[in-house]
Amino acid sequence: MRELAPLVFVLAGLAIGGSAFGADEATLQQGEKVYTYWCATCHGPGALPGTVALQTKYKGAKPALLSERTDLIPAVTKTFVRHGVSIMPFFRKTEITDADLDALAAYLARNNKAPSR
Amino acid sequence: MTPPGVNAKDFSDALKQFEETVGKEWVFTSDEDVALYRDAYSPFWGEPEERMASAAVAPYTVEQVQAVMKAANEYKIPVYPISTGKNLGYGGSAPNLSGSVVLDLKRMNRILDVSERNHSALVEPGVSYFDLYRHIQERKLKLWVDVPDPGWGSPVGNSLDHGGGYLQPMYRNHFDSHCGMEVVLANGDVLRTGMGAMPGAQSWQQYKFGFGPWIDGMFSQSNFGVVTKMGFWLMPEPDAYLTGTVTVPRYDDLIPMIDILTLLENSGISNGMPGLGSPILGGFMMPERSPEVTAMLQKNGVESAELHKYAQDKGIPFWSCTVKFYGPEKAIRAQWEYSQEKFSAIAGAKFKDDEFYKFPLTPDQFNKVHKPEMGIPSLEMFSIGARSPYNPTPSNGHIWFSPIIPRTGEAVLEANRVFAQAAKDFGLPLLSFSLPTTYWMRSFIFLFGFPITHDVATNKKNRETFKQVVRVAAEHGWGEYRTAPAFQDDVMATYSFNNHALLRFHETVKDAVDPNGIISAGRYGIWPKHLRGNKA
Repeated sequence: MRELAPLVFVLAGLAIGGSAFGADEATLQQGEKVYTYWCATCHGPGALPGTVALQTKYKGAKPALLSERTDLIPAVTKTFVRHGVSIMPFFRKTEITDADLDALAAYLARNNKAPSR
Repeated sequence: MTPPGVNAKDFSDALKQFEETVGKEWVFTSDEDVALYRDAYSPFWGEPEERMASAAVAPYTVEQVQAVMKAANEYKIPVYPISTGKNLGYGGSAPNLSGSVVLDLKRMNRILDVSERNHSALVEPGVSYFDLYRHIQERKLKLWVDVPDPGWGSPVGNSLDHGGGYLQPMYRNHFDSHCGMEVVLANGDVLRTGMGAMPGAQSWQQYKFGFGPWIDGMFSQSNFGVVTKMGFWLMPEPDAYLTGTVTVPRYDDLIPMIDILTLLENSGISNGMPGLGSPILGGFMMPERSPEVTAMLQKNGVESAELHKYAQDKGIPFWSCTVKFYGPEKAIRAQWEYSQEKFSAIAGAKFKDDEFYKFPLTPDQFNKVHKPEMGIPSLEMFSIGARSPYNPTPSNGHIWFSPIIPRTGEAVLEANRVFAQAAKDFGLPLLSFSLPTTYWMRSFIFLFGFPITHDVATNKKNRETFKQVVRVAAEHGWGEYRTAPAFQDDVMATYSFNNHALLRFHETVKDAVDPNGIISAGRYGIWPKHLRGNKA
C-alpha cells in the first residue's frame, strides 16, 4: 500500500488548490531551465518514452507534452518528481532542489486557468 | 534508523560533523528526504529487506569528501558513495547495507578539463553524460563521448561499474577508456593514480600506468575508496559512418559468421558495435516472425529440422550481422568491401548497404539515428519499459541478468539450449532464441531483463529465479559481469576458483585499506571483517 500514499497526497493537493498563478518571470525562467534539463530528455517532443507513455495513457484527451498541459497543479508535479511513477524514478534534492522544484511546478502550471474562488 | 552497530550519540555527533563540513542543507535525515535514496527499481520494494539509507550527505569539494570520510571513520559510520545515483537496474542510489549513510557526490559536477588536442576529459562524479555532451557541443569541439543507453548516468559511476557504450571498441568499454583517477580513502587521505601521482606531470590523461602497480581496477566494482575525479579518452569526431548487413542462410552458418566477425573486429576492420539478428526468428529490428515459425519454435525449439527446412524453402536467411564503420568515407567503404569479401566464404551470404552519414548530422538524421551510436546521450532506451501501445501496463523497473559467454557461434547455440531449458524449468516466458550483445570486443554478453513490480510475491519469485539462472549459468562457466546489490553475494560466490581465492584476496585488501569497514559494505560481495558471515 505504500505506493498509494502519493496519490492520496495528490487528491489532498487538489482539494486545497495550489496553483502557480502569478509566479514571477524569473521563477518561470528558472522552471523552464529545470524542465529542459531534467524533464525534456524524456518528456520532450518526438517519440520519447515519457511523451509516448502519456500519449498512450490519455489518447489525446490531454496533451502528451507536459509543457503543453493546462491542468498540472504544483502538487501533482511535485508528487511525481519526488515519488516517481512506473519506470520513472524519483529525483533527489541534490538533483532537483526544493527551490528548483517550486520553479518547475510553477512553469508547468503557467498555462493553468485561475483557480475558481 | 541508525547505522548498524553505531549508537545514537555517535551517529548524532557524526551527523553534526557532516553538517559542519558541508552545511546543514546538504545533510539529509528526514524520512521524506532519505526516501529519495531508495532504489527505484529495488527487487525488494516495500519489503523489510529493502536496502534503505539512514541519512545522506552531499559534499561539494574533494576537501569536504575527505572531512566527511575522516569523521565517518572516527565514528565507524558506514557510508555508501554514489555519483549521479542513476544506476537503475543495478542498485540506483540505495546502499548494499541498510543503515548506511549515502555519500551523494551529485553536487560535485565540475568538468575540469576537456582537451580537443588530446581527445580527453577530466570530470567529477556528479557530471552526467548529458553534461559532458552539452559542454562539448556548446564549445563546438570535434569530440564524441561514448555514452551508455541512459544518458543521465555519470561517466565516473558508469565506468566504475563496468558499463559500456556503442562507439569504437577502445571507447565502448568505459573503464578501459578511462585514464587516471583521484581517490579519497577511508581515513580521508587522497591519492592520484597513474601520472597524477607525480606533482607537475602534464600527462595524467595521456598515460594510464605511471610507475609501479596499476591499482585503478581495484576501485571499480569495489569498496576500497571514493573516486572523486576520473580522466577519460574521447573519440575524435569521425568524417563518416557506414553500416552494412550480411545475411547467411543456414542455422549452422552462425558459427563461421561469428568467427569472421571476430576476425574483422580484432583486426580493426569493423570498428563500430556490430548487431546480430535473425530474419527467420524475428525480434528487435527484424521483420515480424511468421505464425508458422512461432508454431515450429513452440513445438521443437530453434533446432527443429522442420524450421531449418522452412527457412531454406522460403529463402529467409537464418542469421544476419550488421557491421559498422567509423572513419573517412573512402576508408570505410573499402573496409565494408573487404568485410564482404571475408563473409563471402559462407555459401549463400548476401549483402545490403544500410546507413551512411557524414557529420554533423542533419536535424532529420539526428532524430532518426540510434543516438548512442553517434555519441549522443539520450533516455530513449526507457521506451522498453515505459507505457506504450505495445506495453499498455508498464512495470516499475527492471533488473538485468547479463552473463558473459565465449565469443563463438557454438557458445551462443549452447547458451540458448541451456537458457531455454532454464526458462522451462523455472516457469519463465518461453525463450525462443536470444542473440548476444556485442559491447565487448573479445567476448559476448547476453542481456535478459527481469521486470520489477510493486507486488511482493512477484518480486520474490523473480529474485529466486534470478538466483537460479545465475547458478545455472555458472555451472556452464558463464558469469555475470555486473549485478544489482540484491545478487552481488550470489554472483561473487560463483567466482570461486581455489576456494574463493579471489574473494579472499579482496577481503584482505578491504581489511588493509578500510580497517573499520566503512565504505560500501557488501558492495560486489566484499564485506568488512565485522560483517563477514553475517551478510545483509
